[in-house]
Amino acid sequence: MSPRLSAPAGKVPLKKPALRNSALIFAALGDETRLRLIAVLCAGGTMSIAQLTSGTDITRQAVTKHLHVLADAGLVRDVKVGRERLWEFEPTQMEEARRSLDAIGRQWEHALMKLKLAVER
Amino acid sequence: MSSSTDRIERKILLKAPRSRVWRALSNAEEFGGWFGVDLKGKAFTAGKRVQGQITYPGYEHLVFDVWIERVEPERLLSLRWHPAAVEPSADYSREPTTLVVFELQEVDGGTLLSVVESGFDDVPPARRLEAFRMNSGGWDEQMRNIEKHVATP
Repeated sequence: MSPRLSAPAGKVPLKKPALRNSALIFAALGDETRLRLIAVLCAGGTMSIAQLTSGTDITRQAVTKHLHVLADAGLVRDVKVGRERLWEFEPTQMEEARRSLDAIGRQWEHALMKLKLAVER
Repeated sequence: MSSSTDRIERKILLKAPRSRVWRALSNAEEFGGWFGVDLKGKAFTAGKRVQGQITYPGYEHLVFDVWIERVEPERLLSLRWHPAAVEPSADYSREPTTLVVFELQEVDGGTLLSVVESGFDDVPPARRLEAFRMNSGGWDEQMRNIEKHVATP
């Protein structure tokens, strides 16, 4: 990693759309209700809003609002089955957020390889 | 916290005695040598802050700034830093830090070194993005360089 290998502003152009995308994901996940919805959809597959609200004291409108925030971040998507609208988890975006952490791990691997060269000399 | 998004853990087997690895970690100058930061005349002391200019090509305008937490000879070294202090003029003092722990273990054929960096869950989303910027930079190229380097006898 040598330094935290962050690109200094102005030197290495950032992939702006990718960053914006990640910002949306992190913001969407930064809410307890939405995290719970993601967990339920991950475990339960495709579900209706009625299923998502049953057993909770959260309103239909509130769940719908939260689902739209998650959908805007690309974390869930809706599918129409007949006249019913169902919701399902969309894993791709989540994987992207995880990849960010993997990148820091790679920085460490890089630093450790340099350490290896130094001590095994 | 121990969620999968909170920590990074890496291990490496170093074919060198534990005392040698400990020196490369705990001697600030030697640490600077492989890590890419100028720490000449500096020392790692528990409870003390250490700063040095980064020497890694392209990042020389940045400062390495850490707080040493624990120094347990030949066993453990830990420090805290701001995971994405990339803006030279910014004040990061109020932002959460991540904890980096190096641990040494004697094994057959050398020393097993583990490094764990944790605390990412406490870093605000916007700051995490800063930390992740290297995704878009020349990191992959650096990885290829090092692979080439170690492959050369």
